[in-house]
Amino acid sequence: MIEIDGITKRYDGTAVVDNVTMTIEPRTVTVIVGTSGSGKTTLLRMINRLVEPSAGAIRLDGEDNRSMPGFELRRRIGYAIQGHGLFPHRTVAQNIATVPVLLDWDKARIDAKVAELLALFQLDPAIFAARFPHELSGGQQQRVGVARALAAEPKVLLMDEPFGALDPIIRAKAQADLLDIQKLLKTTIVLVTHDMDEAFHLADKIAVMDKGELVQYGTPAELVTNPATEFVQTLIGASERPFRLLSIETAGQAVEPGTADGKPVGAATSQRDVLSELLWTGRDALPVAAADGTLIGKVTLEGLARRAARPQ
Amino acid sequence: MVIALLVAYGALVAPFATFRANRIVPGEAKSVLAALPAGAGVVLLGLMIVAAAIILLKTPALLRLATAAVALGAIALFIGLTAAYLTPPENTYARVSPASGFWILLFAYALLAADSITRLRPRPGVRVLLLLATLGGAAAILVSGLWDGLSILKEYAGRADVFWLEAGRHVALALGSLFASVVVGLPLGILCHRVEPLRAGVLNTLNLIQTIPSIALFGILIAPLGWIAVHVPGAGAIGIRGIGAAPAFVALFLYSLLPVVANTVVGLAGVPREANEAARGIGMTDRQRLFGIELPLAMPVILTGIRIVLVQSIGLATIAALIGGGGFGVFVFQGIGQTAMDLVLLGAVPTVVLAFAAAIVLDALIEMNTPSQNRGRTT
Amino acid sequence: MRAWLPSLLRAVLLAILLAFLISPGWFEPLLKPLVQDNAPAIYNQGSLLTLTLLHLRTVAIATIAAIIVAVTLAILVTRSFGAEFLPLSRSLVNVGQTFPPVAVLALAVPALGFGEKPTLVALFLYGLLPIFENTLTGLTTLPPSVMEAARGAGMTDRQRLFKVELPLAMPVILAGIRLSVVISLATATIGSTVAAKTLGEVIIAGLQSNNIAFVLQGGLIVGALAVLIYDGLSAIEAVLARRAGL
Ligand SMILES: Nc1ncnc2c1ncn2[C@@H]1O[C@H](COP(=O)(O)OP(=O)(O)O)[C@@H](O)[C@H]1O
Ligand SMILES: [Mg+2]
Repeated sequence: MIEIDGITKRYDGTAVVDNVTMTIEPRTVTVIVGTSGSGKTTLLRMINRLVEPSAGAIRLDGEDNRSMPGFELRRRIGYAIQGHGLFPHRTVAQNIATVPVLLDWDKARIDAKVAELLALFQLDPAIFAARFPHELSGGQQQRVGVARALAAEPKVLLMDEPFGALDPIIRAKAQADLLDIQKLLKTTIVLVTHDMDEAFHLADKIAVMDKGELVQYGTPAELVTNPATEFVQTLIGASERPFRLLSIETAGQAVEPGTADGKPVGAATSQRDVLSELLWTGRDALPVAAADGTLIGKVTLEGLARRAARPQ
Repeated sequence: MVIALLVAYGALVAPFATFRANRIVPGEAKSVLAALPAGAGVVLLGLMIVAAAIILLKTPALLRLATAAVALGAIALFIGLTAAYLTPPENTYARVSPASGFWILLFAYALLAADSITRLRPRPGVRVLLLLATLGGAAAILVSGLWDGLSILKEYAGRADVFWLEAGRHVALALGSLFASVVVGLPLGILCHRVEPLRAGVLNTLNLIQTIPSIALFGILIAPLGWIAVHVPGAGAIGIRGIGAAPAFVALFLYSLLPVVANTVVGLAGVPREANEAARGIGMTDRQRLFGIELPLAMPVILTGIRIVLVQSIGLATIAALIGGGGFGVFVFQGIGQTAMDLVLLGAVPTVVLAFAAAIVLDALIEMNTPSQNRGRTT
Repeated sequence: MRAWLPSLLRAVLLAILLAFLISPGWFEPLLKPLVQDNAPAIYNQGSLLTLTLLHLRTVAIATIAAIIVAVTLAILVTRSFGAEFLPLSRSLVNVGQTFPPVAVLALAVPALGFGEKPTLVALFLYGLLPIFENTLTGLTTLPPSVMEAARGAGMTDRQRLFKVELPLAMPVILAGIRLSVVISLATATIGSTVAAKTLGEVIIAGLQSNNIAFVLQGGLIVGALAVLIYDGLSAIEAVLARRAGL
């Protein structure tokens, strides 16, 4: 659990993060959104004390993050940034081993961890361990960056626009992989982005920053149905609201009993994608299949329309 | 803080001036108090203590600059007084020269001035004005005769005519070879930029020339020039000779080519592709593009090359004296030969001043030619 | 064929240089035409090999001192506590460069006497600038995302300096050292005007006795040394740069 308690950062008298209080539940994905310059990065960097706050406190599992030297704190918290920041003079394996080496793990444990992470991120150790970062594609570099951040098995992973430099197709894959890995490792993730689609795709909870203030902190559905300010509404986009609602939930959550004709959609597909498929194929309903392929029911145009409508 | 320590050491511990019975015997060191009439010594020490205090306290840069200026003026004045005070009347052999204390103080305050000027970030024009003011101040003291008692000026007094002759030669060598290298190097650089295959060859050859030590290059050129002087009709008449200024000129010219050509190539290569595309897009001819777009954009880099060349040539021109080419080196080498340090200084000080002034003026020029978003980054 | 040609040329140059230093007599016929009737064509007032070694030693000592001082200074002024001195140190080293080597040499004589010491001082001062400038460039142009990642990974200031900043800046620093060495090799010859034992002695002897052969052999030995050392250092640099993926 991360408790952010009245945290403020001032540069030359102006507060770029202004008295922000929020609690981040363990094993969840929290996404911080806001326009450029709204203080997202500064807020994130105060959690691992790359920026020292002007006022307020941050507690990790009840322990004040100033109770140990900054560098020790940072060895316990994963940190991944835009443009990956890999050390160009070190191999992929050495990059991933950075924090374990700083923590003096023994060699066998480090090697095992590196191999495990490479496999987890779908990079064949035999091919990639000895490569240098400039010998990787952009997507591979980004994956190594996240692997490095996870190497010392941190409970918390901070990510600052980690997918900002990727093209849309690779980005979608990276987002999906991140969710899988989060489910597997149960890491608490705090991720900064200015891409609202990304936020709605990844977040359990979204924090909206505006001019240094936290203007709303809630689930994606709360944000759509109950925007706290005009700014939040604009950020979400008035015309996008129904689609945002649909993109939060999966087909599995909208299943109705019965069967339908057509190619089944997976239960994990977002309702938004199902709607798109329905409209495109001109059908009223599609069958839904569970992960193992068994049909579990159908999704209807009418049912989705009800879910996309403003809650009464 | 380092500066304050230097000031304290320079003022209190190190000797301020050296007195020698004649120009080559070892001297007798005198502290500030011993070198000046009673009252004056105390005044100077007092001034230095005030200056040190201003340095130690965190004072604004402008005040520090003023302090440096006043202190420099003061030590300049007092070193003159020292000479008058220490030299016995009617004794023309005795020599009084500034000792380590003076040089340390000079260095400390110059450092202070440099530091406060860097902090103030004056615009290029202002920097040149500051330079002129400093030179003007020094010239005024020279003309006033205040320093006439000092050993360097006694050396000068003995050879005023020769001094100006060699000064002229020195400047002519440095500027002349610079001019020649720009006239040849700029087109050569443009050519290298346009004709890719030429580039590596030309730059490598020029690089090779740089590895030959200056005194050797000066010497090697004696032979071919001597041959030309004898065998080419009229060559001797226009001053080409085996020894003397001609080989020195050619050597300086050859050394200067590399920075000019290399910086021209680098500067032209650094012109943004979009600027060139845009120029071509609006229908500029190659020539219009060169003069209207490429050269102006490459100018700061080219000027940097010229700055390197000028400062380097002013320094190297001292070596011309070894092969009879004249210049301030004449005094330096004579001084070394006679172990007369005052004579060495007579050659070295003007060379340093000249190089320093050239560097400041060209830096200012470079900055004025650099688009404003980069301004204030060069020092 | 293209690829090994430069290496071959270098090997030949090295072989010729070594042959000339060890047995200059072989080359006498080549230089003979340059001198008047009975003058010696090969330097005869000392061993060329010894002078070359002394020359290299002088350059090595001055360069090592310059590396230590310049790199330390550049590291200090790029730390947060030294940032205040960055502009000053830069102008100072710049001013140092405007002092002509001959002047530095001559002015160092009264304090240090004739011989190697004033030469060392002049070479040291002259060697500082390129190394300092390059170290500064190397340390101030590191990719910000890499520095951020290093801090984020929990490296201490010292670990960042030694594990990330210096290794990444190394190719640029080496380029500065290379430049400095080449300048020093040539400048060291001037040291012989104040009686330092360098190859300048050969050249000056040639100038004084009007013996072009001496001047030429002195100059060419220094030139060959410079080319070989320059290439050697370039090769090391290229390897390092490739390793660093720059
Ligand atoms: N080190 C700093 N010094 C001064 N101002 C800063 C510094 N870091 C960030 N800022 C300012 O704080 C504001 C918020 O920055 P940041 O947290 O990076 O915003 P975001 O990540 O939301 O784009 C910006 O206006 C930025 O200019
Ligand atoms: Mg940001």
